[in-house]
Amino acid sequence: MIPPIAKILARHLLKGPHTMKDAPRPDPNGVEELAEALGRRARARLGRSLSIREVDAGSCNGCELEIHAVNHPIYDLERFGIRFVASPRHADVLLVTGPVTRNMEEALRRTVEATPEPRWIVAMGDCGKDGGCFAGSYAVVGGVSDVVPVDLHIPGCPPSPRQILAGLLALLETVDQK
Amino acid sequence: MGDITLLEFLSLGRRVEGHRPWPRFALDLRGWRQLIDHLRVAEWSVMAEWAERSEIHVALRDEASGDIAVASHRCDDRRFLALGNVRPGVIRIERAIHDVWGLTPVGLEDRRHWLDHGRWPSRMPLAAQPMAPSAEPDRYPFLQAVGDGLHQIPVGPVHAGVIEPGHFRFHCQGEAVVRLEQRLGYQHKGIEGLLQGAPLDKAARIVARVSGDSTVAYSLAFARAVEAATGCEVPARAHWLRGVMAEMERVANHVFDIGAVCNDAAFAVMLSHMGVLREKVLRANDVLFGHRLNMDRIVPGGVSLDLSDEGVEALKHLLYGFGKLLEQGYQLYENTPSLSDRTVSTGIVQTSLIHRFGAGGFVGRASGRGHDARETPSYPPYDKLDMTVPVLTEGDVNARVLVRFAEAKESLHLINRMLHEMPEGAVRVPLPEVAGEGMGVAESFRGEVVVWLRLGADHVVERCHPHDPSWFQWPLLEAAIEGNIVADFPLCNKSFNCSYSGHDL
Ligand code: SF4
Repeated sequence: MIPPIAKILARHLLKGPHTMKDAPRPDPNGVEELAEALGRRARARLGRSLSIREVDAGSCNGCELEIHAVNHPIYDLERFGIRFVASPRHADVLLVTGPVTRNMEEALRRTVEATPEPRWIVAMGDCGKDGGCFAGSYAVVGGVSDVVPVDLHIPGCPPSPRQILAGLLALLETVDQK
Repeated sequence: MGDITLLEFLSLGRRVEGHRPWPRFALDLRGWRQLIDHLRVAEWSVMAEWAERSEIHVALRDEASGDIAVASHRCDDRRFLALGNVRPGVIRIERAIHDVWGLTPVGLEDRRHWLDHGRWPSRMPLAAQPMAPSAEPDRYPFLQAVGDGLHQIPVGPVHAGVIEPGHFRFHCQGEAVVRLEQRLGYQHKGIEGLLQGAPLDKAARIVARVSGDSTVAYSLAFARAVEAATGCEVPARAHWLRGVMAEMERVANHVFDIGAVCNDAAFAVMLSHMGVLREKVLRANDVLFGHRLNMDRIVPGGVSLDLSDEGVEALKHLLYGFGKLLEQGYQLYENTPSLSDRTVSTGIVQTSLIHRFGAGGFVGRASGRGHDARETPSYPPYDKLDMTVPVLTEGDVNARVLVRFAEAKESLHLINRMLHEMPEGAVRVPLPEVAGEGMGVAESFRGEVVVWLRLGADHVVERCHPHDPSWFQWPLLEAAIEGNIVADFPLCNKSFNCSYSGHDL
């Protein structure tokens, strides 16, 4: 019997990858917002690559589900040179989700401190902007920018993989131009 | 003590009017104490426990008859006899009740704070009289393991992957885990506080976001609670659409988690394969209902939009190809010995523990406890469909993966049948403007979600408690890992995939 793994590999060799062909364009709003933010800050030569450390600072987990989706073969984030890394010390970008809970506030600050400069902070989701539907709770500080400075916000509840991609590509493009 | 049934026992208390669809009984101190005595021996499982400022409630199910009821006890001195000593699954719930509502569980040995890390603007924030905040964050005294050559590995709250925050403290001897202790609460958003006094539509949005991966199940349980409280009859078609959404959610989560478990055994091709399948479901959701996760699609009174004929055809098409791809994934899983080597007999949970903690979902079903809310108490449209609930007894990572494969397959059947048998008609009705108390249950992919609420006549939520199945599953993960090696923890953890956000609330 041909092992199933061989069948799958053969099929994909013949049929080509699943990857979405029409990659989204960088979000123009994002580019503007960033160009301004980056103008004042030190820039390293990133060589068209970005390493992202994801930090869940209190999300409902919906945003994380869509972040996983951009890593799957269909959106295949890595083809743009963007990848998720395991430690903030390896990261250029912190992608922060959720309303920041009081119980996560210090962990978020410490993760930011552990990320070498230059670093960019992207707040993701409606919660990341201002706390979303959790704003005003005793247990929530608010949006990400209430705790650490934010360079770009990707809106949505949760943002779709396309929106996430467009936002991250905007970030890459801006970083790259300078 | 005899073979008294749950309802016979509770009828010794005072029946509270206006609680639907299951009765609620108020017990005095004697009654509450007797309840605890009965819980020592009776086959009544605890579905959820929650508090108000000076009252404690517990939802119970008589496993023999399937009857459900809520028992309540007023505790004006802000102390109540803990149920945790006879039902260990609720120990963390009672610790959380103390932190948030300020009611003290008397008799509970573990007095450590659970959700409160000493960082809120007040202690016991929802109590009648909240206390002043702590001067500094709590130092959490982890349980100790003593012996030669033991070392600790602290992990989290920020983990290495794209995952919710929580802290794990491992005590290890070499590679073997001697004890794992969890510390959760990092995701605590104060949801019960936000729900108090919220108008219905706002409350529905919040409950839909208690745990994003189970948003359909939460919306469904919430809607059913509201409909029970107000006596609202939902049109038949709405039930069937709700069923379709719920099964789509189950499939999406199961296939993704199967891929993730395999990925943690360094078998990445499965993650890719399953990631593509998951994406197919989410895109179908987007086309059919206008949201990839179907957030806010189920609303009290029905569903927020109908499915078109073209949508039905598109879905049938998806289902056909999907079943074949899922089967390929299953063959790949079953016929890869290096993968079985990691999953078989890893992270075993004993059936007796599953029963003691009342754990449901695939965690329960992989260890011999077949409870599924779609069967008991059942609710539309499942009451009109026969379904198979897969049950295995091995209780290891492999069993949890196999149960999920079987459930995903079953969901495809169910969706197919729902599409064929779905009645025509309206999909939403206005809610009667009445006050009441109600409870709703829905089987999420993870297990039984319970929502209890009290609604004012102006449709403002006076009190609402959403209960996540993870409460009863998290502690079992600690048991599952014991004696395994550290490197198998990701596999065990993923095979459980407990919710952080749903548990932390
Ligand atoms: S933005 Fe929406 S999906 Fe993201 S964490 Fe907030 S509630 Fe969840």
